[in-house]
Amino acid sequence: MKARLSLIPLLAAFAVGAHAQVTVSDAWVRGTVAQQKTTGLFFSITSAQGGKLVAVSTPAAHDLQLHEMSMKGDVMTMRQVPAIDLPAGKTVKLEPNGLHVMMFGLVHPLAAGETVPVTLAVEDAKGKRETVQVQARVEALGTPHTMGAMSGSMK
Amino acid sequence: MTEPTPSTSPTHLVLRSLPIAIVIAVVGAFLAFIFLGSGPPTRFNAIDITGSGYADDFQLTDMDGHPRSIADYRGNAVMVFFGFTQCPSACPTELARSAEVMRRLGPSARHVRMLFITIDPERDTPELMRNYLQAFDPSFIGLRGDLAATAATARRFKVFYQKVPAGDTYTMDHSTFTYLFDPKGRIRLLARPDLDASAIANDLRQLLAG
Repeated sequence: MKARLSLIPLLAAFAVGAHAQVTVSDAWVRGTVAQQKTTGLFFSITSAQGGKLVAVSTPAAHDLQLHEMSMKGDVMTMRQVPAIDLPAGKTVKLEPNGLHVMMFGLVHPLAAGETVPVTLAVEDAKGKRETVQVQARVEALGTPHTMGAMSGSMK
Repeated sequence: MTEPTPSTSPTHLVLRSLPIAIVIAVVGAFLAFIFLGSGPPTRFNAIDITGSGYADDFQLTDMDGHPRSIADYRGNAVMVFFGFTQCPSACPTELARSAEVMRRLGPSARHVRMLFITIDPERDTPELMRNYLQAFDPSFIGLRGDLAATAATARRFKVFYQKVPAGDTYTMDHSTFTYLFDPKGRIRLLARPDLDASAIANDLRQLLAG
């Protein structure tokens, strides 16, 4: 039954919600100002049975990409990654100083207090795709998120 | 017959040691005067690069179109950071930290300037930089140059940056040090991105004290 539902993404989303295979918490987007076309999306994600996050979409931006920020000496580097591994039962944190989602081509500036609807696509080991809908809250651009000191601090 | 020889008499020992003790006391007092007389010895949290011969100046334009160099900010301690407004991570983190530094400085913040030099002048217009920086602290100043001036400034500060393709757009890799100048316009310190706001505020207080 579940295998058949997964052929229809929309219904699959409801199936996932009911079975809570993938849970997402603390989703937030860094706010932007006029003319700023790019920002970051961050959240914690757990897949009960394991899988990988393969795609993210939102009506608020034209192009969402999975990226990894890392420090090489004092140089901050940004690289697109094809997918983010979700080990079974382990919470993976997407945050400014590590894995995160880049939102390119913002449709309009994002003000603090708004919410942004986001759809996450997760594939399990067999390549079966599930989607999860989340509402990400927009935090003020100037909100401090100290390097390395923000894990688990998002409420 | 067992009278002690003069050399082992306790009184004589004291008398013999007295000049040495006096010399030690005088030298000690002199050293104390040298090191303590002009205030406590400076101990910075950031890396001291005084006189290292780089990161000494820039020729850029501020958000109002005025040409600027470090001399224009003389009389203030100055923080300088290189970044770009489409940055999701290091730049907002560092700007939020600089805003926190200013809060911690209290009234002394009047004598501190934060300069944000864009490494992405093609997208960072003066208006965008103004809007962006105001979200952190209304006193923050954005500086930009054309591509050649940006590259020249980065070389002068030993700042690395490069465009990284991302779909039909790009993001940037870049250095994340903050440079601190004293009120005489001299480069003094290099702050790593993980140094906390109170440590930087303490360093700035020392730079302001001279």
